[in-house]
Amino acid sequence: MSVAELNGAAQTLQNASTLKSEERRESLTFLGLSMPAVLAILIVVFLPIFWLSSLSFYNAAGELSMENYARIFESALYRRTFVVTFQITIAVTVICVLLGYPLCYWLTKVPDRTAAILMVFVLVPFWTSVLVRTYAWLVLLQRNGVINSSLMKLGVIQEPLQLAHNLTGSIIGMVHIMLPFLVLPLYATMRGVDTDLVRAAVGLGSSPRGAFWRVFFPMSLPGLFAGIVLVFILSLGFFVTPALLGGGKVQMLAQRIESTITVYSNWGAASALGVVLLLLALAMIWLMNRVFGLDKLFMR
Amino acid sequence: MSSANQSLPIDISSLSKAYGAVKALDDVSLNIAAGEFLTLLGPSGSGKTTLLMALAGFVRPDGGSIRFGDREMIATPPHKRGLGMVFQSYALFPFMTVAENVAYPLKIRGVSKSDQKTRAERALDTVQLGGYGDRRITQMSGGQRQRVALARAMVFEPQIILMDEPLSALDKKLREHMQIELKALHQKLDATVVYVTHDQREALTMSDRIAVVNHGRIEQVETPERLYRQPHSFFVADFVGESMSAPVKVANDRAHLGESVLKSDLPIAQGSGGHRLVIRPELLEVTSGAVPETANDLSGRVNDIIYQGDSVLVIVQNDNAGEINVRVPANRAGQTGLPSKGEQIGLALHPEDTIIVPEHVS
Repeated sequence: MSVAELNGAAQTLQNASTLKSEERRESLTFLGLSMPAVLAILIVVFLPIFWLSSLSFYNAAGELSMENYARIFESALYRRTFVVTFQITIAVTVICVLLGYPLCYWLTKVPDRTAAILMVFVLVPFWTSVLVRTYAWLVLLQRNGVINSSLMKLGVIQEPLQLAHNLTGSIIGMVHIMLPFLVLPLYATMRGVDTDLVRAAVGLGSSPRGAFWRVFFPMSLPGLFAGIVLVFILSLGFFVTPALLGGGKVQMLAQRIESTITVYSNWGAASALGVVLLLLALAMIWLMNRVFGLDKLFMR
Repeated sequence: MSSANQSLPIDISSLSKAYGAVKALDDVSLNIAAGEFLTLLGPSGSGKTTLLMALAGFVRPDGGSIRFGDREMIATPPHKRGLGMVFQSYALFPFMTVAENVAYPLKIRGVSKSDQKTRAERALDTVQLGGYGDRRITQMSGGQRQRVALARAMVFEPQIILMDEPLSALDKKLREHMQIELKALHQKLDATVVYVTHDQREALTMSDRIAVVNHGRIEQVETPERLYRQPHSFFVADFVGESMSAPVKVANDRAHLGESVLKSDLPIAQGSGGHRLVIRPELLEVTSGAVPETANDLSGRVNDIIYQGDSVLVIVQNDNAGEINVRVPANRAGQTGLPSKGEQIGLALHPEDTIIVPEHVS
């Protein structure tokens, strides 16, 4: 081997190690960049959840016990809370789908500019405080509110309708607040559906209605599913709107947790309810994934 | 594939469609024979896709007539036109398997499950995808997807198949292979095919006839060979094939390039905007001595020589016509020896190859 060849071989070896250390340095940089977020989530989210959950396993005397969970299943009051929570959540989700799906479909059909303007109407309320919107609904829905007084002046009804301070009021307010959570993912998915697919279906002999159900609707399912999961889980733990529009007659889980702490000062019981709520939410995601078969839908 | 149906002729007359001030279709008339492979060729924005979509029923024309056989179709909704369609994007349904995609037109026509299966399999065999039925679309390559789309378009034995740039997403080699395959497939099928492309070579390779579309009008409808050898307008001459051109003066049916009268066997089409001589690089002959009396003399000085593998491009400066490209097959160039830069060479353009066209068709 000549000197030049030896030098060349040494250079190649050195290059290899330089390249390797460059690669290592790069992955360390990425790890370092992600650390603040990782730490923040650990400290702000996981630690409090872990600590609060642990409270549920202690009774009033500070001893380890399952007392708090046993009460949830034994007490009729708690059972009632769960039933109401699910009733409202399912009703809100179903109404959001019935209102949101046609709306999104229509938005994909109008010209882009019009769609952009219409989306503002969806988004502006979305950016407004939930509290403000809930009080606005109260103004509209209460016994001598705008809706009741207009309907009575028009002679449509004689007696004011009971629209607020009950289940109806809670559902109306929550649907309004939840609708954007369904519309945003669904609209994004619908816009991504290749229009050629529907054309192909029609071109090959499907009626427009058949093409919609056989091609467009299946293609929109991932977005619909994402929207349903969002609405369902947010509704499950919703507090402000049912508390105000329900007028104290509608008790959802989150309200029950709040009153358990503020009225009874029973952190263990509240914590147990919180844990059950969390598990229910996770169970719903799992269940919907099984029913809709997401892995199949998202594979493109 | 045997079929009880006979392929249908298509008669388009006075079809028009305007988008605002832009005429996408400007009084288009075209007769397509039963069983013909007709290509709509044109640059993007020429109106060729609008014309195809009007045939399919996705574009509503402002006026005119479209007849399939003796049935007027202008107001028939797309799903009742009974067409097979292949899209540029293939438009395969991603949530269905290959076989489900191919069986789709049969399913919506109420064909029995077992019939669907056998006919879809047969269609997949025809496009050489036998045994791929259970695969997902995502598992297929571009070329395979193209074949699935083709199988889906012909599985229900339509009398007319429309294709919108179906090969444009494939790489060059695969595209050329599929051109030959599609042509062979058309001969097996009893169907009229209307094919849209902007690739002139593809059009020349596959078509029975080519309709050149420009600014919403059909400039010329011809067989590939006649279109190439006898274009009616400068647009057609320029768009189809490689060419250079030089302005000429036409008087009393004779064209003058500079001082000399051009000898041409081809008729000179009428039109506006003056005439041009169209010179195709492969039709020029490099002569060893003087150019014979029977041919047009385009001799000049060699500016450059470019090796291109299969051929050699010689760039010659002619006093009247300007810069002219001459294509010499690489093997012949190897035998006879190439001229060198700066050398004066003889170039002959024979009367049967002398194409003179108007700038615009009248």
